[in-house]
Amino acid sequence: MDSLTSLIDGFGTALTPINLLWAAIGVLLGTAIGVLPGIGPAMAVALLLPVTYGLEPTGAFIMFAGIYYGAMFGGSTTSILLNTPGESAAVVAAIEGNPMAKSGRGAQALAAAAIGHFAGGMIGTTLLVVLAPTVAALAVDIGAPDYLALMVLAFIAVTSVLGSSRIRGLASLLIGLTIGLVGLDQMTGQQRLTFGSLQLADGIDVVIVAVGLFAIGEALWVAAHLRRAPGEAIPVGRPWLGRDDVKRTWKSWLRGPAIGFPFGAIPAGGAEIPTFLSYVTEKRLSKHKEQFGKGAIEGVAGPESAASASAAGTLVSMLTLGLPTTAVAAVMLAAFQQYGIQPGPLLFEREPELVWGLIASLFVGMVLLLALNLPLAPVWAKLLRIPRPYLYAGILFFAAVGAYAVGGEALDLVVLLVIGLIGLGMRRYGLPVLPAVIGVILGPAAEQQLRRALQISDGSLTGLVNTPFSVTVYAVVLVLLAWPLVRKAARRTDRTTV
Amino acid sequence: MTTVKSVLRGRSELGVGALLFLLGVLVLTDALTLDADVAGRGPVGPGTVPLVVGCGLLVVAVLLTVDVLRGGRGEAEGGEDVDLAEPADWRTVLLLAGVFLAFAVLIGPLGFPIAGALLFWGAAYALGSRHLHRDPLIAAVLSLLTYAVFDQLLGVPLPGGPLMGVI
Repeated sequence: MDSLTSLIDGFGTALTPINLLWAAIGVLLGTAIGVLPGIGPAMAVALLLPVTYGLEPTGAFIMFAGIYYGAMFGGSTTSILLNTPGESAAVVAAIEGNPMAKSGRGAQALAAAAIGHFAGGMIGTTLLVVLAPTVAALAVDIGAPDYLALMVLAFIAVTSVLGSSRIRGLASLLIGLTIGLVGLDQMTGQQRLTFGSLQLADGIDVVIVAVGLFAIGEALWVAAHLRRAPGEAIPVGRPWLGRDDVKRTWKSWLRGPAIGFPFGAIPAGGAEIPTFLSYVTEKRLSKHKEQFGKGAIEGVAGPESAASASAAGTLVSMLTLGLPTTAVAAVMLAAFQQYGIQPGPLLFEREPELVWGLIASLFVGMVLLLALNLPLAPVWAKLLRIPRPYLYAGILFFAAVGAYAVGGEALDLVVLLVIGLIGLGMRRYGLPVLPAVIGVILGPAAEQQLRRALQISDGSLTGLVNTPFSVTVYAVVLVLLAWPLVRKAARRTDRTTV
Repeated sequence: MTTVKSVLRGRSELGVGALLFLLGVLVLTDALTLDADVAGRGPVGPGTVPLVVGCGLLVVAVLLTVDVLRGGRGEAEGGEDVDLAEPADWRTVLLLAGVFLAFAVLIGPLGFPIAGALLFWGAAYALGSRHLHRDPLIAAVLSLLTYAVFDQLLGVPLPGGPLMGVI
């Protein structure tokens, strides 16, 4: 019951007029930016970071929550109306959503997606309220070796679950870890990889890395391959659902979170896997199997609900363990660090007003999202027609504003461009971007935990594996590492028996 | 020599392996030249993790090179506005990078409103927009509006430059 009273206090914070205003601005900005083609949630959140610099933390994070959910919803609008999803989690929305829009049922597809987001978000956030304090309470006792194990798990999971090539994922992670090394060593004050430069001694700001890799890298990559004739967006009216549609979809909305939430909480790449699993489940359970691939509404409703719930699941591990499992969570963690706040088990004790205000505003944001997006959908659809030169020039412009706002240094802009060029090269050669961002954010923290653990054990390596928790986590890491080998061996034995 | 050439053709990805290797060497050199006196605090000094990362980079560089020579390819990333069928247009990328560097140089002397407008206009031009009147107008309005919103409303200071001194 403790969390219930805290939540009510949280609503007290979230429902003050000024915070309500920040939430509304966040939802509107998030949707507007997320709808723009080529901008996924991670880039939207990274680009909008500087907007919150002048705010106090509570207001900033309330706005942030709105941006997050708004950007996710905006992304699915793009895939339904344009059929060219910008990020992997929205791929599934396009499979059924776009055929629906083509056959004149775009309004229903958008409504199914919007209500799916609402339902998934509501259920997911409720689970967050129930679970997060418990997880945080359990995690209070875990020490340096356990944290290190969790971070190693995040590193390995992010490089081997995502993407087609582990070597390339690992290369990306190591690039990120290297960027994270730049600056003064936290414990001894030694300069590492600074080459005598005073500006580099402060380290490279995580926000600049995130904006550089996500925004500049993407804009430059698109510029190199700009489609001369961009896809035509399908015009759409105000979203609505008939009684038959509701009858077909309400179960899908409720099933989505069961798949989405647990996947969001573990480091398995966020919404990509659960949306796909939800799609397959809906297809199997549907009474209208023949419609799948041609515009089955369940195939929009379920995955969208799963995606939204997985976003809530992501917040569980982000807030209670300080462990980002998706690109958006990584950027949010960077935002917390900007305010000098370290997410982790103690966050719920130290900053109850902030955390519960944030959680309450997730509920508020969801309601705002539904209330604003159903009537505004035709306006959002118009944003899809923005001329591409303006869109990508705008991305570069706001990325520059964001990087400059961090410290008011022109040199930061040069660093931003260099990291952007790295991002461009990574996209060209199929190196996933997310491991690099995770490496930059978690690298320094992991080093600190490693040194702390070894200090306690006086340098003996057994100090890294002397708790049941860390041993369990390393076992999971080993399974992840060994999995492809096992599969290869299994295939080989298959072949020999045939 | 022809065999070497034919092996190298279409394998610009080998350059990625080479760059990773160089980065690894750089990290290792930096780690090994750290001041040893200060490094003595605690069992793990400031050089340990860089050593691990540097060695990791070398190993990955070698593995990646082997993968590429065996025919492995990094898949170029797709997207809404990305047309991979067309050959890459590196001229645009260079132009954009140039415009961005110019912005970094000009923001000090010219201030944000002017430098920002030039950034947007230049980038839009590089990306193929050729509206002589509309482009600069949008750039100027966007830049002034952004300056006003960030500097006045959101409390994020941006340099006004000589233009704001006049107004």
